Amino acid sequence: MSDEAQNSALAQPSSVSLVGTLSTVAMISGFLVVLVYQITLPAITANKKEALERAIFSLLRSGDRRENYRVGKDGLTRVEGDDGSAGRHVYAGYNDDNQFVGLAIEAAAPGYQDVVRVLYGYAPECQCITGIYVLESKETPGLGDKVETDESFLENFRALDGQLNADMTVLANDIRTVKHGSKKNPWEIDAISGATVTSKAIGRMLNDSAKLMFPVVQLHRAQLEERR
Amino acid sequence: MQDFRHPTESAPVNMDTFLLGIWEENPVFVMLLGMCPVLAVTNSVLNAITMGLATTFVMLCSSALVSSLRHHIPKQVRIATYIVIIATFVTVVDYVIQAISLELYRSLGAFIQLIVVNCMILGRAESYASRHGVVSSMVNSLGVGVGFTIALLCLGSVRELLGNGSLLGFAIFGEGFQPWVIMILPPGGFFVLAGWLLLFSWMKQRDARRAQQEEVLHGA
Repeated sequence: MSDEAQNSALAQPSSVSLVGTLSTVAMISGFLVVLVYQITLPAITANKKEALERAIFSLLRSGDRRENYRVGKDGLTRVEGDDGSAGRHVYAGYNDDNQFVGLAIEAAAPGYQDVVRVLYGYAPECQCITGIYVLESKETPGLGDKVETDESFLENFRALDGQLNADMTVLANDIRTVKHGSKKNPWEIDAISGATVTSKAIGRMLNDSAKLMFPVVQLHRAQLEERR
Repeated sequence: MQDFRHPTESAPVNMDTFLLGIWEENPVFVMLLGMCPVLAVTNSVLNAITMGLATTFVMLCSSALVSSLRHHIPKQVRIATYIVIIATFVTVVDYVIQAISLELYRSLGAFIQLIVVNCMILGRAESYASRHGVVSSMVNSLGVGVGFTIALLCLGSVRELLGNGSLLGFAIFGEGFQPWVIMILPPGGFFVLAGWLLLFSWMKQRDARRAQQEEVLHGA
């Protein structure tokens, strides 16, 4: 028998040992992953919650005086805590005298890389958007991610007009993003030059969300203003 | 039971085992491995450091496991086994980074998960860990990991400095500095990598020339 033939005969383990090796390694892997998942889960949940709290606070300045609502087919329903139920959540904030100051609402749209999720503040009093806070974005560092930090861009959202029409069912003017430096109306967003795609995504998501949410919110305003 | 022992297995572990990966066999500047994260996540110093450390951790742990199981893994299923092991540690890193900071996790995006397909790690498992003892494999992987991190840092600092005028988020230049935006965009990655490679090959050539001259001198 030549050396080569001997080698190939030697190096032919049974299928049982092949399957056995893979299953054993897979089991070790599974155990490790589950272990780490269990260990890190509390920290990850806490991080996510903290990020959301920070966002809500920065928009409403209301501390822990707030109520969570879910928007569904039957209008607004109050939910206790963060129950993680499906549907769109809105967060109503109240000031020290228990007066309703505004809502934080979530919106999302695909940006340049991936979905951009923001939380924005809405003041039913003036029917305007009062600020945005980016929750999740994978936009290009230095360009797209400027929507989180660029002062003049964020200035757009100090009082972005979201007036509804006379019978309170649709937006009087669509919220839209315009080319850098050409903002004329209070419902327009001045894009960041070099980050047009992300700026437009923000405009789009605010418009879509506004169309859907503002009429519902205005309809249930009395319910929101009366804090329980 | 046959012996799978490799002839290099008994080689002693010394400083060279560690230093090899940093200089002579630097994964980025010499072997040109793992180019995807090198180009993609080096747009800031913080991203570069995190990516380098995450990759080092994955490589260190997978090398240790591969090396300790090396006598039990049949040749036919070795690649599948290595990938499962590497993927496990990548998932671990993924959770740990999320637990440490969501901001950081956000900025690295999909690239943490993509460590699985970094050929540098599979290469370490196949060419080193499967043929050496646990200690030797870990020392070697650590060296390569540090070499990788340094390389990412080299790219990251240049790109952040030129493209954003800052280092680790702190502004370095004054207000008047016009950032060279292209440096943090994908093309910038290629430019800066090319610059570093140019420097390294120039240094290598210079060393070779000197060695040659010395040889001639000694010969004469």
